[in-house]
Amino acid sequence: MTSIPENLRYSKDHEWVAVDGDTATIGITDYAQHALGDVVYIDMPRVGDKFGTHEAFGSVESVKAVSEIFTPVAGEVVEVNDGVNDTPEAVNKEPYTDGWMVKVKMDNPGEADAMLSAVEYEEYLSSQS
Amino acid sequence: MRYIPNSPEERDEMLAVVGLKSADELFRSVPKEVQLGRALNVTDPLAESEVIAALESMAAKNTAATKPSFIGAGVYSHYSPTIVDHLIQRSEFFTSYTPYQPEISQGTLQYIFEFQTLICQLTGMEVANASMYDGSTAMAEAYLMAQRVTRRDKIVVAKSVHPEYREVARTYTQHGAAEIVEVAFDEKTGRIADLAALDDKTAALVVQSPNFFGCVEDLEKLADAAHAIGALLIVVVTEAISFGLLKSPGECGADIVVGEGQSWGVPMSFGGPHVGIFATQEKFVRQMPGRLCGVAYDKNGNRGFVLTLSTREQHIRREKATSNICTNQGLIALAATIYMETMGKKGLQEVAMQNAQKAAYAKQRIAEINGYSIAFDAPTFNEFVVRGPLAATEILEKLRTDAGIVGGLALSKYYDGHDTDFLVCVTETNSREQIDSLVSALAG
Repeated sequence: MTSIPENLRYSKDHEWVAVDGDTATIGITDYAQHALGDVVYIDMPRVGDKFGTHEAFGSVESVKAVSEIFTPVAGEVVEVNDGVNDTPEAVNKEPYTDGWMVKVKMDNPGEADAMLSAVEYEEYLSSQS
Repeated sequence: MRYIPNSPEERDEMLAVVGLKSADELFRSVPKEVQLGRALNVTDPLAESEVIAALESMAAKNTAATKPSFIGAGVYSHYSPTIVDHLIQRSEFFTSYTPYQPEISQGTLQYIFEFQTLICQLTGMEVANASMYDGSTAMAEAYLMAQRVTRRDKIVVAKSVHPEYREVARTYTQHGAAEIVEVAFDEKTGRIADLAALDDKTAALVVQSPNFFGCVEDLEKLADAAHAIGALLIVVVTEAISFGLLKSPGECGADIVVGEGQSWGVPMSFGGPHVGIFATQEKFVRQMPGRLCGVAYDKNGNRGFVLTLSTREQHIRREKATSNICTNQGLIALAATIYMETMGKKGLQEVAMQNAQKAAYAKQRIAEINGYSIAFDAPTFNEFVVRGPLAATEILEKLRTDAGIVGGLALSKYYDGHDTDFLVCVTETNSREQIDSLVSALAG
């Protein structure tokens, strides 16, 4: 059963966003980690990098493939989960907590509101299968 | 083997299908004025023995091949043990291209792994790839890698790096973001002099050691200077035999070591094919270009060789790949591997020592000749620049015609203000008699 926490926002590229004021924490969803398989490396941006909406900010390398990860919201990277490359399996085991990737200071804090809710994301997933 | 295996009848049949009368009509879209309009000027068919005789007579015109030669400058005359040529001609190695189903070719992957291991040991680095096309393209790839690692675009390269390497790297990187700044060498020492161009936009400092003038650079000092501003130090080595004697670039603090492996048992062959080497530190491995072979164990504990970290490569990551190099210089890397393993640690040290000693002898004798001096005073390995009493091109021409000696390379081809300078290389293939005759010809 795919885990989809209710307090988060989701993109159709299978990223999740947790909003705290104007800061968005970004990671990939449980569905995405399952589809990718065992994650071995995450290519991260650096603090200070700026991205528009839906720009590739890094990539996730699994034993099966390399997939780009996209910014669901525009902003400047303020923190990167550097430690995750020591334990990349955290992305598989705890995609919504220890497996987070970057924190972004949003250009437009309202942007996350336009993303999918947990219910909408679940509907989106079932419409795709 | 015939490359056009169809008969005249079959050709007529195909022409009829497309509605043409002759093969010439296929080319009617090519303007008449650029068409040759006659048959190629080639001889009538010859018997095999006649072909061999014709080729032998052409080869005999290459008189430089049989004269004592003191030219190096990036391509070096070294002795290659007969085992190298013998082994690379084994049928198992005939298709030496990196296999597309790599793990089925354990023998190929094993020698690639051994090649990488030897490169790491000699350069003092942690990872090396399965080889590049040649030294100059390896240097260009190092520029690009430094840009990826540092996210900066300025490349500071010494003018004492091989001029043709710098030209290749300029061509190779011209459509990217690299801003290449070439910096001067010290006219007294022959070493890189001007580090003022290093700043916080610099991705890499690029030096060759021994450099184009044969001078050994002070790599530790240069590594400190590069690292102080957050740039990488790229060390280029065109004479791989020098690894047998000099402190490795890795020990001196290099971040990327690139070079040419031709000296390891590979014939000069008019400039190629040769083999590029590329080594770096493990922390940068994901930004490294090229194939990488690793060792792995299956569930029963059996050792096997695999292509590893392929996710950097073009066939997986497409336009995001670290490089469009998706292959390696298989056969030549094999030759280099067999050479290094045949020579062994002691052999590589011994040949390097012979080069250094013979060159030191030549350098000393030439410096004693009236009117001649050594242009730069930094320590050298097997090459050095001689300053003569008149234009180097004249000196070299006279050596060639009067004494039958290829005496070196005139620097005026590449450097302004160095008309009387020429680069002399002495390897283990130059006998003492050859060196003495060079000295007496210069003195005479």
